[in-house]
Amino acid sequence: MSNLITLNNGVAAISESEWTIVKLPASQVEERKQAGKVVLFKLTGEKTVSAEQIATAEISSAGKVIVPLSVFIARKAELQDRMTSNQIGVWVDTHEILEDLVSSVSDLNSLPMIAVHVERFADGRIFSLGTLLRSRYGYKNELRAIGDVLRDQLYFLKRSGFTSYLVRADRSATEALASLNDFTNPYQGAVDEPRPVFKRYNRVA
Amino acid sequence: MYKYDEIDQQIVDERVTQYRDQTRRYLAGELSEDEFRPLRLQNGLYIQRHAPMLRIAVPYGMLSSRQLRKLGDIAGKYDKGYGHFSTRQNLQLNWPKLEDVPEILAELATVEMHAIQTSGNCIRNITTDQFAGVAPDEMVDPRAMAEIMRQWSTFHPEFALLPRKFKIAVSGTRDDRAVVQMHDIGMEFYKDSDNKLAIKVWVGGGLGRTPILGTVIEAHLEWQHALTYCEAIIRVYNLHGRRDNSYKARIKILVKALGIEEFKRQVEVEWSHLKDAPNTITESELARVSQHFEAMPYEALSANDASFDAAIASNPAFTAWVKRSVHAHKIAGYRAVTLSLKPHGTAPGDATTEQMHVVADLADQYSFGELRVSHEQNLILADVKLSDLFAVWEKARANGLATPNIGLLTDIICCPGGDFCSLANAKSIPIATAIQMQFDNLDYLHDIGDIELNISGCMNACGHHHIGHIGILGVDKDGSEWYQVSIGGSQGNDASLGTVIGPAFSADEMPAVVQKLIDVYIQERTPEERFIDTVRRLGVAPFKAHVYADKSTTKQEVTA
Repeated sequence: MSNLITLNNGVAAISESEWTIVKLPASQVEERKQAGKVVLFKLTGEKTVSAEQIATAEISSAGKVIVPLSVFIARKAELQDRMTSNQIGVWVDTHEILEDLVSSVSDLNSLPMIAVHVERFADGRIFSLGTLLRSRYGYKNELRAIGDVLRDQLYFLKRSGFTSYLVRADRSATEALASLNDFTNPYQGAVDEPRPVFKRYNRVA
Repeated sequence: MYKYDEIDQQIVDERVTQYRDQTRRYLAGELSEDEFRPLRLQNGLYIQRHAPMLRIAVPYGMLSSRQLRKLGDIAGKYDKGYGHFSTRQNLQLNWPKLEDVPEILAELATVEMHAIQTSGNCIRNITTDQFAGVAPDEMVDPRAMAEIMRQWSTFHPEFALLPRKFKIAVSGTRDDRAVVQMHDIGMEFYKDSDNKLAIKVWVGGGLGRTPILGTVIEAHLEWQHALTYCEAIIRVYNLHGRRDNSYKARIKILVKALGIEEFKRQVEVEWSHLKDAPNTITESELARVSQHFEAMPYEALSANDASFDAAIASNPAFTAWVKRSVHAHKIAGYRAVTLSLKPHGTAPGDATTEQMHVVADLADQYSFGELRVSHEQNLILADVKLSDLFAVWEKARANGLATPNIGLLTDIICCPGGDFCSLANAKSIPIATAIQMQFDNLDYLHDIGDIELNISGCMNACGHHHIGHIGILGVDKDGSEWYQVSIGGSQGNDASLGTVIGPAFSADEMPAVVQKLIDVYIQERTPEERFIDTVRRLGVAPFKAHVYADKSTTKQEVTA
């Protein structure tokens, strides 16, 4: 059974994924990609992914694939044809810089799929990344959460603009569905409902 | 105070349902310890040394008598008949059962209360001045904005899992009593030169392992932008705050690493996109929420009361209590009253079920049915008539709530410490009670005068030891408990962090150490000086010299 939940016009359902996620080959050097240090990386130009990893990442020759941002940027030429036929999506890690994605394409909405990979469910950067993709960069197509995606974060993911959720393989996506609707009437405006409660209702004291 | 409408009520009710199911899944083994931890923490539930600890939110310290009565009932029914009021104006239960928590939350929801975001890596309960709305030096009553911010921060999806906890304080007084400089964000409300409501925004303050006072990031923010500006700050923090080391994950570390100029630049870039977004507060929303905090139906009273004057003239014990526990009020003939939760020899901030019921009755009878919790861990009746003070005192005294030590040495601010908390390196309550017994002489306490003594059982600093005039920090040395002493810390507009005086002490040395610090002060003070003033004038040296005068020189340095 598929572990993918997709949201269509506000209705959530389990569905089969058409997309294959391309993974980076395991790195030979110790990874250093923690938050905060990103600032340092930007200053020093230190890379988190090696050229070798990028070059050897295996992209299947047919079907819809979601490729890592670093691979997408470095190997765009070879993906160009498949991009025009909407076969290529991109995934970013929570420590990566969205501007790098945005500047790599002339129109973000030429991508049919963007995914954000969360390594640990408690990494809340994913919510800011979703919010920025939707509200700052005007991304309108499918936005998927992948990685350590668990049901108790689904409500926040939905509110942050994510429209599909690949629930971690050892958990039931069917049971997780219920948590998308943990709260009926949120207080604050967010991506899915930009108006705060005081602009949706005439609340009386 | 704020009253829920159906929307508020639905949110806390849905939270109960959500948490009940999360608890069920945890107990059924469907959620791992690691997965359940942030969920229970964001509902205030810690797993402690002996039992779980549940922290119940008291938003900006406001309680109704009905709510306090319910808290007392819950402490009796699900705990050992007492609760602990914390330095974050919340109420902590030390002995609830994990499986009872959903039921406790359901009971809380019946009185418009909850435990949402009282712990965990999220925006915590927003705190403010315990005299909000009644203080004579108040420029702006910050409670309506605090409530608007409470609603905005409740389940804010973008900030559901921050790098670390995030504390916001608001104030609206000339003399800061909300310690805005030691919060992740401090918002100081004032009326600007056009008489418009504005905010001075502080960022990056905090105690804990790395105590830092906040920096002003924006001196003049128009009030309607409070939420979007906070979103800009917290977004920068959420994206760039460290997540690899929880000791370096607070916003203060990021602000320090980037420098305030660069941090402010990044915030302003974010805010340029967020300014005037839908979360901008409207006049009508501020007006709606402000209606809940309108002035009480005060009587027109004379500034003096003959019965009060007579009691003062004839009753020295009452006079001593009035001197310490009764505070000025903006309305003639009214006073604010602090009920001491610091009787000598008991855990600071603890109140029994019976005491909570008594205070609820006092609030109903004498203070419009409302009360406040102070960050000094006492309870406040904010609107008592001068002519009622004597009756309030008698009832409070009969119930152990009238120790006339407010602001004195034995009004100790203290975390639960090693007796309860699994984070603690050392016990803190026995130190507090030993000091209280050492100074169990009210005349002497009054002679020592205004002083703040804070005790934390570890460097997480829940007892705010860095800003105590005398600060005591429990440290662990080879598995035994030691206490490091600092002096010269202070809250308020001239906030400062204390200086460690030297090597740590054992528990049984502590009352004598405090005694020696006081002795130096008594000997050196000028007539108008408080302890903190003498420390600031003379520096640490004379205090250190006296405290260590007869100590063995071989004693090793213990550092936190």
